[in-house]
Order: sequence, then C-alpha cells, then structure tokens
Amino acid sequence: MPFALETAGLSRQFGGIAAAKDVTLRVERGARHALIGPNGAGKTTLINLLTGVLRPSAGSILLEGRDITRLAPHRRVGLGLARTFQINQLFADFTPLETIGLAVSERLGHGGDWWRVAGSRLGLNQDIASVLERFHLADAMHEPVSTLPYGKQRLLEIALAVACRPRVLLLDEPAAGVPEEDRHEILASVAALPEDVTVLFIEHDMDLVFSFARRISVLVNGTLFAEGTPEEIARDARVKAVYLGEEAVDA
Amino acid sequence: MSTAPGIVAIALADRLAQRARWQPVEIVFWAAAAASVFLLPGKHIILAEIAILALFALSLDLILGYAGIISLGHAAFFGFGAYCAGLLAQHHLIDEPVLALAVSGLAAAALGFATSFLVLRGSDLTRLMVTLGVALMLREIANRFDALTGGADGLQGITIAPVLGRFAFDITGHAAYVYALAVTFLLFLAARRLVHSPFGLSLRSVKGNPLRAAAIGISVNARLVAIYTVAAGYAGIAGALLTQISAFCSLDVFSFDRSADLLLVLIIGGTGYLYGGLIGAVLFKLMQDWLATMTPQYWQFWIGLVLVAIVLVGRQRMAGWLYCARGLVPDMLRRR
Ligand SMILES: Nc1ncnc2c1ncn2[C@@H]1O[C@H](COP(=O)(O)OP(=O)(O)O)[C@@H](O)[C@H]1O
Ligand SMILES: [Mg+2]
Repeated sequence: MPFALETAGLSRQFGGIAAAKDVTLRVERGARHALIGPNGAGKTTLINLLTGVLRPSAGSILLEGRDITRLAPHRRVGLGLARTFQINQLFADFTPLETIGLAVSERLGHGGDWWRVAGSRLGLNQDIASVLERFHLADAMHEPVSTLPYGKQRLLEIALAVACRPRVLLLDEPAAGVPEEDRHEILASVAALPEDVTVLFIEHDMDLVFSFARRISVLVNGTLFAEGTPEEIARDARVKAVYLGEEAVDA
Repeated sequence: MSTAPGIVAIALADRLAQRARWQPVEIVFWAAAAASVFLLPGKHIILAEIAILALFALSLDLILGYAGIISLGHAAFFGFGAYCAGLLAQHHLIDEPVLALAVSGLAAAALGFATSFLVLRGSDLTRLMVTLGVALMLREIANRFDALTGGADGLQGITIAPVLGRFAFDITGHAAYVYALAVTFLLFLAARRLVHSPFGLSLRSVKGNPLRAAAIGISVNARLVAIYTVAAGYAGIAGALLTQISAFCSLDVFSFDRSADLLLVLIIGGTGYLYGGLIGAVLFKLMQDWLATMTPQYWQFWIGLVLVAIVLVGRQRMAGWLYCARGLVPDMLRRR
C-alpha cells in the first residue's frame, strides 16, 4: 500500500540558502506525524512545496502513490490534500459562515455556479453547519472574520482546511500565538480529527507534539536530521543537542 | 449542538441569501431611473449617454471591485464592441439592433477571453500597462485597416434599423434612452445575480486572498478568466450601444481618455457593490455637463480637484457629510 504522502530528494533553494535539501519523507496513512525543528529549519517551506505554493528545484512528491510534483495547488486540494497556514490566511471581510460555505461548495463542485443565490442548497448547508458546530464557530458565524478574537480565527483557520474534507491534512503550527486559555479548544479540535485522516503537523509546543504525535521527524537546516517514534526522538542525544538544547537555552 | 442540523441549515440558507435580497434603496434607484423616461423627456440624449457609461463602468466594477483586476485599457472591449456593431450594420450582416448587440458583446467577450491570460499574473502596475497596451494596439489596428474601419474618419453612413423591428431611433433620443436603459438594467440584473452566487463568493475570496483561495481548491486563474471575459462582453455591449444610438463609430471609442474617465467614474461611485459605476456615471456626466457650461475652459481642473479630494478624504467620509445623518448612508456604501 502506498504512503499517504511521500517525497523523494525534495529540494528548494532561495538564492544561496537551501531551505529544503534532499528531503525524503514518508508519511503513513492515518499517521499523526509531527515535523519539528528550530526556527528557519525549512518546515513551512516543506509544506509550501507539498501543497504547490512553491515549486521544488529538484525531487518529487507522491500523494497516495500519485505524482503531484507539477500539479497546481488547487488540484492537489481536489485530490485530498489540505493545509493550514502558520500565519492565518483568512478572508477578512467574510463571515465564518461564508468562509466555510465557500470551501464546502467548492468541494462539492458548486463553486462556479453563477446563476443561483449562495446558500440555496440545503444539503450543502447541513455540511456547513456541522463544521461550524464542530469548531465552536456557530455562535460567531455571522461576525466578520476580522472582528473575531484571535483564538476563534485560529479555529476557523483549521476548520477551513477540514471543510475541504482532506485525506491528508497539513497543519503549520496550529497553536501558534493562541493564548493559554484558548489552547485546549485548538488541541481538542485537532485531536477530534477522524482517525483515517492522515495528519502531518508542525508544532513548537512540545507537550502537544509528544501527546499527539505517533511519529516525529526533525528538520534542521533544510535536511531531515532524525526520525522516529516520540520515545526514540526524546532519547536521541543529537536531537537534544540541536533542538531541545536550543529550547533549554531559550528558557 | 442540540439544534437539529436541518433547522440550522435553513437558517444558514436564509442568512446567506440575505445579501442577495433587494434593498429598498435599490428599488428607489431603479424606480427613479424608470421615472426619468417620463419626467425628463428633454434630456434623453444625455441620459442615454449616462446609461451607456453606467453599463461600461459596471463592467469595470466586475473586474476591479470583485476580482481586484485594475485596468487602464477597458476601452479596448468597448471599442471592439462598438466597431462590431458598426460593421454589422454597415454591411447589413445583422440589421436588427438587439441581435447585433448580442453578437458584438460575444465578440468582445471572445477578445476578453483571449487577452485574459495577460492579466492573470503581475502587480497592479503590470496590469495597468498591459491593459493600456492592448487598447493602444487595437486603436492602431483599427486605424491601419482603414479600408474596413474608415481609419481616422470612422465608420460613415451607418443606418440602424428599428429595435425589434418597431422602435426607430430618432433625434429626440427617446427610443435610444429606453433601449440603453433597458439593456443596462437587464445586464445589471445578471451581474447582480452573478455576484451573489457561489461564483461571486469565490470571486471575492480570490480578490481577498488568492493564496488561501487556491488552498481550498479554487482555481484562481479560472475565476479571473471567467470574470474578465464576462466584463469584456459587458464593455463590448456598452460600445455597441453607443454605435447604435449615434449611428457612428470612430477611433475615439478606443481612446485612453475613455479608459481613464471610466476609472474616475468608479472612484467617484465606489467599487464592489455594483451601484458604484451607475451612481458614478450619473455624477460624472452631470458634473462634466455642469462644469463645462460654468467654466468651459477649466472644467477638467475641477474634475481633477474632485478626484484628488475623493482619494484623499475618502468617499465614505464625504458621503457621510453629504447625507449628514449617518443613518441615511446606504449600508452598502460602508462596506469595504
Ligand atoms: N519566500 C522565501 N523567499 C526567500 N527565503 C525564504 C522564503 N521562504 C522561506 N525562506 C527562507 O527559508 C528558510 C526556511 O524558512 P521556513 O520554511 O519558514 O522555516 P520554518 O518554518 O522551519 O521556521 C529561512 O531561512 C527563510 O528565511
Ligand atoms: Mg514556519
């Protein structure tokens, strides 16, 4: 059975900097796979490569065995690959209702309908309602996104990716910047993702990583530095030196 | 959580559809337009010009206000439609004006489709230059092929048959105004439908954040191509209307001034709520008319001053002053 996501020799240069260097990563189906590494290690770059925001200078990407290296970003979504962004990428003048409605109608192939009023398909609306409820956004669904508290915006950021009903979901620091009291909502929503959805996530919060991940890859300077189960990574002296060591210095 | 999903879904449908509902101010606006047919019989010639400018501005609003594509060469499509209508009539290919109008619009839409790939990428500046360039080239092509187009003299000796075989254009401009107003209204209805549809929603998302739009599966390019094509068709119909009601067409339809004035119209009226082009067209024409009689030599100075004031002070604040009571400002004006 092919991996959910697989890269071979994936590389990307920015001028002189190699933000991704010969990355060969395999993510199993249904995985809870964490990608960790110091700031500037190339984690976000890797997600940008996987989703087609950036073109690789070399290497290939397979989604469920299918080569998607040259596919446009929106086509990858159609094949079941969705993501969230480290910095919220929302539609400021939309409401959460419109935001989720947009994604659901696009997924069901109605996004290009120009002759009917938005909201006139009931089946679709049930879908929208269930996403909004799952992410505790139903109360705020008519507020403009730009006026929502950051925690709610962060939930919407994730809900929007989930509304695409991906089989492989990439989360770029889902809890980044979320105040302590709102964190549990984010964590709970991530934990509640269906088991069969493959999740690859970047996170700096080690509690989250170790409570949630079943596999961890460590990225340093654009290369895969180590990979293993949480126990193996926790024991790895080199990882401690490079990554956890840095955090200890920070603290 | 305890609510039945079906009930929530119906509530959602209601809420989503709310934006699409007709506001009282909108009905007043169109009632006033219809009333002008009866109340201002002496002004039908300028009113017809206003209706055409309004349709043309609506076209630019579709790409600027809803897709964020700025253009300094929208006259390319206006002119293309104008020449199509002129040639169709001159060579008696299609005599009936409504049919000729539709064909001219389709031709302009085809041109829009063919040139849309030029505006898919790039900054506002590139788009300004590319659209400007296309309009300049078309003007030169029309100039060069003078055997067909009459070159600098324009298309002479066009006769336009009565609309639907019944309503003949005459010197009073009655038929012309009713015709232009009816076409503008119908195309407005279609545009209104379009912007409140799922397509319209996705267009707004593409304008607001193309990166995220693509990340939820929306083909940004397909959306931009589609709306650019539609807008070009609208502009072509506006141009064809001008040819038909004036029974004349010259290189001036492609002119840079025409494209630039159009941006002015939208700056005056505002973008992204569909009425900006219509209100802007009325204000622009009235202002132009009034200033031209007050100060024939300096009217452009005053237009320029208004432009600077609008951009610096902001239309919303000025509208606020004008209406004084904020409650009277239509809600849509306050939307970004
Ligand atoms: N669009 C870009 N242009 C130039 N350099 C970039 C770009 N994106 C990322 N980089 C560089 O690539 C390196 C990796 O960045 P990033 O992938 O954001 O790291 P991480 O997400 O692990 O913190 C950094 O040195 C960063 O400055
Ligand atoms: Mg990052």
